[in-house]
Amino acid sequence: MTTTNPAHATIEADPRVPIIRITREFAGTPEQLFRAHTDPDLFARWIGPHNITTKIDHWDARDGGSWRFVGIRGDEEYAFRGCFHTVSPERIVQTFTWEAMPDGVSLETLRFEDLGDGRTRLVAESLCDSFEGRDAWLASGMESGVNDGYAKLDALLGDGAV
Amino acid sequence: MTDQLSRVFAALADPTRRDMVARLTAGDATVNDLAAPYAVTVQAVSKHLKVLEEAGLVSRTRDAQRRPVHLEAEVFDLMTKWIERYRRQAEERYQRLDELLAEMNDTSDTGRTGDTQPARQEGTAS
Repeated sequence: MTTTNPAHATIEADPRVPIIRITREFAGTPEQLFRAHTDPDLFARWIGPHNITTKIDHWDARDGGSWRFVGIRGDEEYAFRGCFHTVSPERIVQTFTWEAMPDGVSLETLRFEDLGDGRTRLVAESLCDSFEGRDAWLASGMESGVNDGYAKLDALLGDGAV
Repeated sequence: MTDQLSRVFAALADPTRRDMVARLTAGDATVNDLAAPYAVTVQAVSKHLKVLEEAGLVSRTRDAQRRPVHLEAEVFDLMTKWIERYRRQAEERYQRLDELLAEMNDTSDTGRTGDTQPARQEGTAS
């Protein structure tokens, strides 16, 4: 199964709550997407970025479980950890912390929407604990686990934006 | 540059300031013009303008009496580029996931489960 049309991730930032939302369609079933997000070996293979090796330190994908992984690039290590709150085939809810900023925690909700014909839409929302937190995260360029994005400027500013 | 972007995002986190910026895209305006639609004082609007100014989003002519507020479009170009870079990183990640899914499809009937059978029994929760 191949994707003939290159899918494109779209990104939105909600102006009222510090949420970053990314939407993307995949040529795979919800069950496969679910496995790619919950099987540590599979997860480590795509989370990236491409020049970083991901080492899973701890992984317990069930309600109330927790996780930790380390991204390694040369001598640099970036560690992330969090708890799995809900792990179900339609929805994963988990917390996310970059250990270099241990006070910051976001709540991530991943939804796998079945589009039929073996296709799935992934909607990944990150709810940060403040606008400052979201913006610092974005500005840090540390894109790690966050499928960040931002609304096109139009979306931020409304019609007629530059 | 990162600091500036940080200030830009912080400045735009406020709905009143976003609205002011959106209105400035139509052209320069005075503080009084900008204050008109809001039930706030000119002083409050000036405060918002100061935040936008410090972020480099707007500038004001120092010498002219009306001191019109001008939108600095280049800053938005910078932001747009930066946001696009971020989006592209997410897209790259998901292209790796595409490849993985294609592989899962290819191997699902062959019994080759080395990649897809972890030590842990995930997928059975809930």
